[in-house]
Amino acid sequence: MTTTATDLKVDVWPGLTPRLLRTGAAPEELQEYADAGGYQRIDDPGPLLDAVSASGLLGRGGAAFPLAVKLTTVRAAAQAGHQTVVIANGEEGEPASVKDRWLLRNRPHLVLDGLRLAARVVGAQRGFVYVSDPRAAAAVEAALVTAGTHLGSVQVSVVTVDPAYIAGEESAAVRVINGGPAKPTDKPPRVFEAGVGGLPTLVSNVETLAHLPFILRHGPAEFRRHGTEASPGTFLATVTGAGRPPALYELPHGTRTADLLVRHGVDPDSVTGVLMGGYFAGLLNRSIVEATLDHESMRALGSGLGCGAVAVLTEDCPVAVAASVLSYFDRENAGQCGSCFNGTAAMAAVAQALRDGVADHDDVARLRRWSVVLRGRGACATLDGAANVAASLLDQFPALVDSHIGGGCADCAGFAALRPFEVEAVS
Amino acid sequence: MRIKLDRTLCDGFGICAKHAPDYFSLDDWGYACLEGNGEVPEQDRDAVMRALLDCPVHAIIEIPAPKGAAPAADAAATTARS
Repeated sequence: MTTTATDLKVDVWPGLTPRLLRTGAAPEELQEYADAGGYQRIDDPGPLLDAVSASGLLGRGGAAFPLAVKLTTVRAAAQAGHQTVVIANGEEGEPASVKDRWLLRNRPHLVLDGLRLAARVVGAQRGFVYVSDPRAAAAVEAALVTAGTHLGSVQVSVVTVDPAYIAGEESAAVRVINGGPAKPTDKPPRVFEAGVGGLPTLVSNVETLAHLPFILRHGPAEFRRHGTEASPGTFLATVTGAGRPPALYELPHGTRTADLLVRHGVDPDSVTGVLMGGYFAGLLNRSIVEATLDHESMRALGSGLGCGAVAVLTEDCPVAVAASVLSYFDRENAGQCGSCFNGTAAMAAVAQALRDGVADHDDVARLRRWSVVLRGRGACATLDGAANVAASLLDQFPALVDSHIGGGCADCAGFAALRPFEVEAVS
Repeated sequence: MRIKLDRTLCDGFGICAKHAPDYFSLDDWGYACLEGNGEVPEQDRDAVMRALLDCPVHAIIEIPAPKGAAPAADAAATTARS
């Protein structure tokens, strides 16, 4: 299940002029990026903020928060006389996602251009690119050397951190840059109130920022030419599982899952479900096949697009997948909040027992209750992710859960991944 | 008064939930979570303040009123930490 980067297929949806992906083996050089219209001059950031607002650009890190709202909040702080900071968050904690590392490794100037524009809008003189992947860090460092005056007045530094699920959470990013451990803090304050050095800080995913140069050049109407009303634009999807090599697609929001499966070389009839949004949004049954990939459709199914990572299940048993992911959360949580380190351990234990055929009805009832009452009890969303996995297993695969009570299955026995659907081991 | 609970500090003593059960709920392992938005009306202030002062790990923190807000009647009793 673990593969190397060279196995990664990179593919643009048919009929789409790519906004984020590009073909070519080497990282994009400054000249190539500038010749294609990058690093365009910007005199007044006000109209760009209006364009971002009209574009409806949603955050691509997982929470789908409107970027314009974050920009407006931090810009208001700058206009009230505060210094401000921007962080391009490229610490892709989700093992099943590769898009942020791909962007940083292959199109560092696109990300830096987005960072520069965000910094202009919020009046920031300090910017950080926050990453764990050494190749991504090297590509951005090299791009910073060549970008020079293209970045304007913002001083940009690369900050590297050891890879971890929780290290990519926005308050963990701020904490690392402030000299602390890569662990989230409780809220309030939010990072836009008090972030790096106590200053109002915009933390945005690198893919989100990478859309800004397009919006500057082409405007919100062109941005909305693809996608749906509530999920505008294109997005990057990491597709794993189904016994196929992993692939990175740029596709419009609203694409039918069945079409993506066919393009990925998977027979939709063979699909039993998916693990959505990396490890965060939980499992979905076969209803995903006819659904469209956008935030509103996923919400209607009780799931989420998250960071756009879709792990396709064909022969893997969802019970074993849930046990594996919950065990991951048990190991990889920050160890800070009691509800989280106890709750993830407890939910993982029941899921493992179910997988091993030794769980009873009381265990499953406990799992169901924890999946409800533990929600929102952690300082970050890790515990919610674990609750999503537990709740979705019970809701989406009730017959399968029943059949595992008092007896496992043959498929479960063959599934024992520590980091299921990991695209690439990050060393 | 306004309070917050830092769940990364909570060690599950549970004293808060005894003093102010409407404001602090405990999970199966005794760890607390703040109920509501942290606003504490005057009539509940004493109970919540006991919870705050009795928390052995100082996980309950009073949030100072935002600048420009009308001074609260209980402003003199602040024990805010930052």
